[in-house]
Amino acid sequence: MPEENHVPLLVSMQGINKAFPGVQALVNVDFDLKYGEIHALMGGNGAGKSTLIKVLTGVEKPDSGRIFLAGNEVHVRSPQHAQSLGISSVYQEINLCPNLTVAENILIGRQPMRFGRIDWKRLNAQANEILQRILGIEIDVTGMLGSYSVAIQQMVAIVRALEIESARVLILDEPTSSLSIHETEQLFEVMRRLKSREMGIIFITHFIDQVYMISDRVTIIRNGGLVGTYETANLPRMELITKMIGKTITVLDEMTKIKAEIGKRISAEPVLVARGFGQAGQVEPLDLELHPGEVLGLAGLVGSGRTETAGLLFGLEVPDSGTLTVAGAKVDRFSPHDSIERGLALAPEDRKAAGILDELTVRENIILALQASQGWFKYLSLSKQYEIADKYIQLLDISTPSPDQPVKNLSGGNQQKVILARWLATNPRVLILDEPTRGIDVGTKAEIQKLVLSLAEEGKACVFISSELEEVMRCSHRIAVMSEHKKVAEFSGDADEQVIMQAMAGGS
Amino acid sequence: MTQPKRSINWRKITESKLFFPILALSIILFLDLIFVPNFFSFQVRDGNLYGSLIDIMRNAAPVMLISLGMTMVLATGGVDLSVGAVMAIASSVAAVMMNPVIIGLELPPDLMKFINDPNFTYSPLWEVILVTLIVATICGLWNGALVAYVRIQPMVATLILMIAGRGIAQLITNGVRIQIFYGPYAFLGQGWIVLPFSLYIVAFVFVIAWVLTRRTAIGLFIESVGINFRTSFYSGINEKRIKMLAYAFCGFCAGIAGLVASSNIKTSDANNIGDLIELDAILAVVIGGTVMGAGGRFSLLASLIGALVIQAITTSMYAIGVPAFALKAIKGVVVIFVVLLYSDQVRSLFQKLSAKGARSA
Repeated sequence: MPEENHVPLLVSMQGINKAFPGVQALVNVDFDLKYGEIHALMGGNGAGKSTLIKVLTGVEKPDSGRIFLAGNEVHVRSPQHAQSLGISSVYQEINLCPNLTVAENILIGRQPMRFGRIDWKRLNAQANEILQRILGIEIDVTGMLGSYSVAIQQMVAIVRALEIESARVLILDEPTSSLSIHETEQLFEVMRRLKSREMGIIFITHFIDQVYMISDRVTIIRNGGLVGTYETANLPRMELITKMIGKTITVLDEMTKIKAEIGKRISAEPVLVARGFGQAGQVEPLDLELHPGEVLGLAGLVGSGRTETAGLLFGLEVPDSGTLTVAGAKVDRFSPHDSIERGLALAPEDRKAAGILDELTVRENIILALQASQGWFKYLSLSKQYEIADKYIQLLDISTPSPDQPVKNLSGGNQQKVILARWLATNPRVLILDEPTRGIDVGTKAEIQKLVLSLAEEGKACVFISSELEEVMRCSHRIAVMSEHKKVAEFSGDADEQVIMQAMAGGS
Repeated sequence: MTQPKRSINWRKITESKLFFPILALSIILFLDLIFVPNFFSFQVRDGNLYGSLIDIMRNAAPVMLISLGMTMVLATGGVDLSVGAVMAIASSVAAVMMNPVIIGLELPPDLMKFINDPNFTYSPLWEVILVTLIVATICGLWNGALVAYVRIQPMVATLILMIAGRGIAQLITNGVRIQIFYGPYAFLGQGWIVLPFSLYIVAFVFVIAWVLTRRTAIGLFIESVGINFRTSFYSGINEKRIKMLAYAFCGFCAGIAGLVASSNIKTSDANNIGDLIELDAILAVVIGGTVMGAGGRFSLLASLIGALVIQAITTSMYAIGVPAFALKAIKGVVVIFVVLLYSDQVRSLFQKLSAKGARSA
């Protein structure tokens, strides 16, 4: 098909499918990139952006689908192969050596030699020339890379990516997440230069402003499926957000009814009160109240400070302003251990890094937090452990051959249920769920949403964090909206979706 | 996945941490059976058992003791290089307490004449043991504090005491090797009650360690800290205290090993006691299936068998007639072999084989 176009596309990915155990990461995704184009790739956490990039760069093999590069079909075998094809990528974490000079970083592996030794003079001269030619910037290339700003380091990474092979495609994975406004502007200048040289750039970001500043087209992925590719200039901001978050107007089923029913019984006496509660640089001082029997949705785009707020409430960090009162008692010691004692629970966003203990069994994972709150010496007897594990395996319908199965053998959805079980076993008053449905199939998602409501029905207070607004709205009695590390608004659960999105987008 | 019940048992056996150490030990003993005459013979003298197998166990006692503590440290994802030095400190403290003349302490003249008497000790034995073990435990706490609170890499943090410890041991004895004459002390390493007394000590410490980790939640917490300290922290586990405990217990074990080793040679030798024993102990734990660096699941019993494997190799080499100077090279070959055995490739091969065997059975 690309052959039929007059100008062949630089990259064309067609019908890409990729499944991981327990989750379909990409479903029939098409993606293309033109010469001299900056193409933004957007989607929520776990939408499939990075999987798509991994397929293109040879890190993952697609289950099916075809990839064309400049009109010719290619089978990318490995990242090295991708590079030799002219596909270069710069990741969020910079893969350079901060304790080498800029010049060494750029030319490492290809340093000019003289009499069997490195020709330092030529090395530095070459590095200077490359930086000027590609970026149009002039810096002291003999300085240690680590002594430069993150922006410069990022650009050195780009230069290195471009210099290794004659790159035609450049992939930038959230390059601006740690840059200041000025630095971002510098980076954009470089991107425009590269674009003018007919290079195709794939730009992954969560910042909507930047998409409008720099990109020509934008492709949106949600839940592993393609939502669509649009000319950025013709896509209104609100529509972009809508497409990212997803607004399938399903029949507002029984859940809405249950929610309303529970809503009538919310206690007036709050169980958790935060006043001016915050931590510099992470969460700006905010006020928050939680009542027994209610679900509070925490909405906001990725990076808006939702996760940080959850962590702060749970005592992962120590706040530097404001007060927190739980069940009438002012909190003065902040640590997960103290929080658990107070009746708080946090199911964290990153299941792999902070949720499961993959080598341990389902049973051990479930009793972990309860045991931690009991201390070292009040060891739960094995029969008690099995009793608890069996209870929650049944209650949450965790599909595992036995409670002694290592949790790493379970699917993502079941792992998530194990984490929920761990917290339910501590019988918490307040349950904070950070993206509890991320990367989970649709059926399990609905199960977990129902579970959250039934917990509220039992009189627990829940904080429900999700990138999918639809889900937040379906489950929550109230919705607090975060934007740029601030709580910007609070709505009742049946507020207008448009209004909430407006608040999420940050006023504009 | 619906395999006959038998195959599941097979998998359980090959996945058990005990499988490889027992296999390795069996192979070595089998080779001994073939090549070394009388290797399995026992003699009974004065109601006590003697023989090559007993020798292996007796000589392995210090490494076995340390491997118990080292298992916990490795399971938290750390390592303790200072155990040999802590042994030296322990032996110096014990020797000085029994025979303080060497550091210039003036004894009443009526006591001086007893100084070489096997019935004489300046401090009573229980006091010697108690103080020595407290000092060794403090050494472990120091390591733990550097790792858990100062957040120094375990290898670097324990390297400090590894280097400084022998100096401290020399300072305690004024740089002199102290001979130990006191008879009851010698019983720790040389005594025999049917079996060598040191084996009872190993068994006793093993029971302490086992109860500590498997009859309380500490074992679970050690494993979870090793597997993922963030998850452990989020779940309310005090990761720092767990690490402190592991290093403290390792120091405690090194202290006991120091007592046994110095009693064995009737000397406190700050330079040579426990020299390079940290490497044997780490190897024993690794043979026992605890992963160095990553931590996680551990088995104390498997580590003990790991220590026996190492000693069995040494003893067998001597029995075959390999000269002492060539022993380290042979050990190196064995280490390579063990590391290969534990690689994922060989493991999955084993699992495939056992699955196949089970299916055809």
